[in-house]
Amino acid sequence: MIRFFKKKLVPEFWQNHLEKVRNSQKYSNFENIRFVAIDTETTGFDYENDRILCIGAVAIKNNKILVSDAIEIYIKQAVFNKETVKIHGIRKDGNEIKLNEEEAVIKFIDYLDDAVIVAHHTGFDVNMINQALKRLKVGPLESKQLDTNYIHKKIAKTDTYKKIFSLEELCEIYNVKMHDRHTALGDALITAILFLKQTAKYKKNNALNLIDLVNTNYHLLK
Amino acid sequence: MKNTISERIFDFLKNYPPFNIVTNATLLEVAQNVEIQYFEKDQVIFSQNDLPHEHFYIINQGSVRLYRFVENEKQMLDICDEGDLFGLRPLIMKENYLMGASANEETILYAIPISLFHDIILNYPKVSQFLIASFATNTREPFSEKHKGKLFANVSAIQKIEHGFSEIQSANYNKNPITCSPDTTVQTACIIMTKNVINSIIVTENEIPIGIITDKDIRTKIGTGLYKITNKVVDIMTKPVVTFPQNISVAEAQIMILKHKVSHLCITKDGTNKSELVGILTQQDLILTQGNSPSLLIKEIKNAKDAETLKHIRTKASDLTKGYLEQEIPIYFVTKVISEINTAITKKAIRMSISEIGKQPPVSFSWLALGSQGRKEQLLMTDQDNALVFENVGPAEYNAVKNYFLELAEKVTEKLNIVGFDYCPANIMASNPKWCITLEEWEQQFEAWITDPIPEKILLSIIFFDFELIYGDETLYTKMAESVFKTIEKNQIFLSFLGKVTLDNPPPLGFFKQFLVEQDGENKDSFDIKSRAIRPLVDAARILSLYHNLRVNNTISRYEKLMEVEPQNRELFESCANAFKILLQFRTSQGLRNNDNGKFVDINNLNKADRLKLKSCFKPIKNVQEAIKMRFKTSQIAQI
Repeated sequence: MIRFFKKKLVPEFWQNHLEKVRNSQKYSNFENIRFVAIDTETTGFDYENDRILCIGAVAIKNNKILVSDAIEIYIKQAVFNKETVKIHGIRKDGNEIKLNEEEAVIKFIDYLDDAVIVAHHTGFDVNMINQALKRLKVGPLESKQLDTNYIHKKIAKTDTYKKIFSLEELCEIYNVKMHDRHTALGDALITAILFLKQTAKYKKNNALNLIDLVNTNYHLLK
Repeated sequence: MKNTISERIFDFLKNYPPFNIVTNATLLEVAQNVEIQYFEKDQVIFSQNDLPHEHFYIINQGSVRLYRFVENEKQMLDICDEGDLFGLRPLIMKENYLMGASANEETILYAIPISLFHDIILNYPKVSQFLIASFATNTREPFSEKHKGKLFANVSAIQKIEHGFSEIQSANYNKNPITCSPDTTVQTACIIMTKNVINSIIVTENEIPIGIITDKDIRTKIGTGLYKITNKVVDIMTKPVVTFPQNISVAEAQIMILKHKVSHLCITKDGTNKSELVGILTQQDLILTQGNSPSLLIKEIKNAKDAETLKHIRTKASDLTKGYLEQEIPIYFVTKVISEINTAITKKAIRMSISEIGKQPPVSFSWLALGSQGRKEQLLMTDQDNALVFENVGPAEYNAVKNYFLELAEKVTEKLNIVGFDYCPANIMASNPKWCITLEEWEQQFEAWITDPIPEKILLSIIFFDFELIYGDETLYTKMAESVFKTIEKNQIFLSFLGKVTLDNPPPLGFFKQFLVEQDGENKDSFDIKSRAIRPLVDAARILSLYHNLRVNNTISRYEKLMEVEPQNRELFESCANAFKILLQFRTSQGLRNNDNGKFVDINNLNKADRLKLKSCFKPIKNVQEAIKMRFKTSQIAQI
């Protein structure tokens, strides 16, 4: 708490984020935890120079995906990479209602609340968000994070230590239908369904609690 | 705000009933509030007797089995498939789950909050109709007796929402009661009653009912000599009258009538015998309100004065059919009852028409029903197919006689059309001069068809050889039938041609989700159950009956007769009869649900159990067609 007083100009949204995550009472009971499956579409893979185009997120609670608790934020672009338009289809001046990066990040952090982040290759998405936070002189995210790739490695019987699974591969393994690939919310939903299926499987051999799940993230652990 | 997920859910839901009925805005709201749930194989979604969830479910991927424990014995009720809806009734009825549901395989469900759906049920009568129908169809599965009754009661509970059904609840009564003043003489009162053909008259003073005179009062008080017909009605009337307020229900009326041992209830403004009379409810009204009993309907037909009344009665007969199907009355019985009603309607239409013409028929004639009505398999309103035969007459009278019957036939077909039997698009009706001819002409016609079986004549024989007497002279009808069998006996090659046509409708085999459906047109994605499943069975039964000289028309009866004639093929014919019963029931319930002739089955409306049931009917079709191919050597007949 002392840090708050040192940094004088902590924006309200960030202060809220830190307080909520640090003080959350929900993490002990799996049924009460709000997970948020996220996916970002970006202009490219360079943390320094590329930017987030869109963040999609949908909440999961008590093994249910709550469609009413979803968000899809499009971001106005200063930097633009023509090449990736082919993949995500988000043009610089498309029809979607767009926010500037600051508005978008604040909106996302507010939405995130004290939820646990679930993503596929979480490191990438979280890093992109952290870069955006950095430009607002805050960050990094303190939310707990899970990665469907690592949860799979924990469940899979064979030694897959070095293998990195793509979202497509996991969809194949877990029999998840792929709709709306390469839209942020579409991928977030696929990730959410994947997460439901994984936790159902995980539960068979392990008690389902957050600490154990977080421990599957050996690469993400700080 | 844009939400790709709810758009996708919207796209999914709008393909399935009842969501295809609601507006886009409403459906989008539903889609935005869906919860997506995942269940592993065999995972329980809810158990029997659980408290109802806040959501009901529609299957997005996978399948769900519904089951029920009756005295510790597990009964499978249904397997629901993609797009099927389940777990809704307990939420509406606010009761615990009557059955359990488990994932039959890996399953993804969309859970829809009931709170949202309540408004939809209120605002979309079609949705509640769909729900009533789908609740009712569940009874086709082997439910326990106890449950069956309960389900039926529940249907009436949901009817409160659906105003179209509310009249079932409230009793119909006569809103224009005949009255007289207290100082009327008994004689005058009796004259009024006789004139109005009623068995009671209410005595009123300032529109307030003070007593009633019924046939019984006349019998016991006048007939016995206790009073004279010159007495005042006030002397002999029964008083006080039993009164009830306007919104009386059938059940309440029944109780009142039993309790007070009266046959008439006076309906008054505030329900007391101190207020204005607004109507009278008789025991007879009550029977008619409840009474969609077949014998009552037939009686009503006999009393009908015009075609509109016949139409009304036929609509009631449809309700009756629906009720029978819900109660799992055997289809054979149902077809019999409905055929009787259709026959009675046609007879009445003929009698009305004769009296309209004002002249009795110049010679004897028979009115014949053809096609499905001739086979007594008509459960729904279908096209009319009919014909007329009249006695042979000399050339001098021929034109006059024929004109009489043509006029008659035109009047009858007009009436049947009003009742709801559409005109035959191919004009196979007695009003067509071609099909309103003498016995001799018919015999020549049949002979021409049988000896020279070109395709169009074969098609005509298929329709005409299922003729059945509806009204008129039986000898004419018998002679016609005899001529058919005699000519066929001499020309067995005809059966080969007939067999060939019969085989033109091969059954769909091996479908599942790739249901064999119509490729284009209005009925895209529908399965033509009439042409592809029912007709092949009907055709096969016909040709085999003609072969064996069996004089029955009804397809089920034909197969039953065939089982006797060919004991070696008993199993085959039995399976055909069973398949036919299932298909007919299917078509009828589909038709009633969609308010059409049931020819096309919307595959999106079928759950997995229904699909399996349908599929099981296709094997007998294939087998019987093989048998026909062999027996009538149809392969020797060149493509016609």
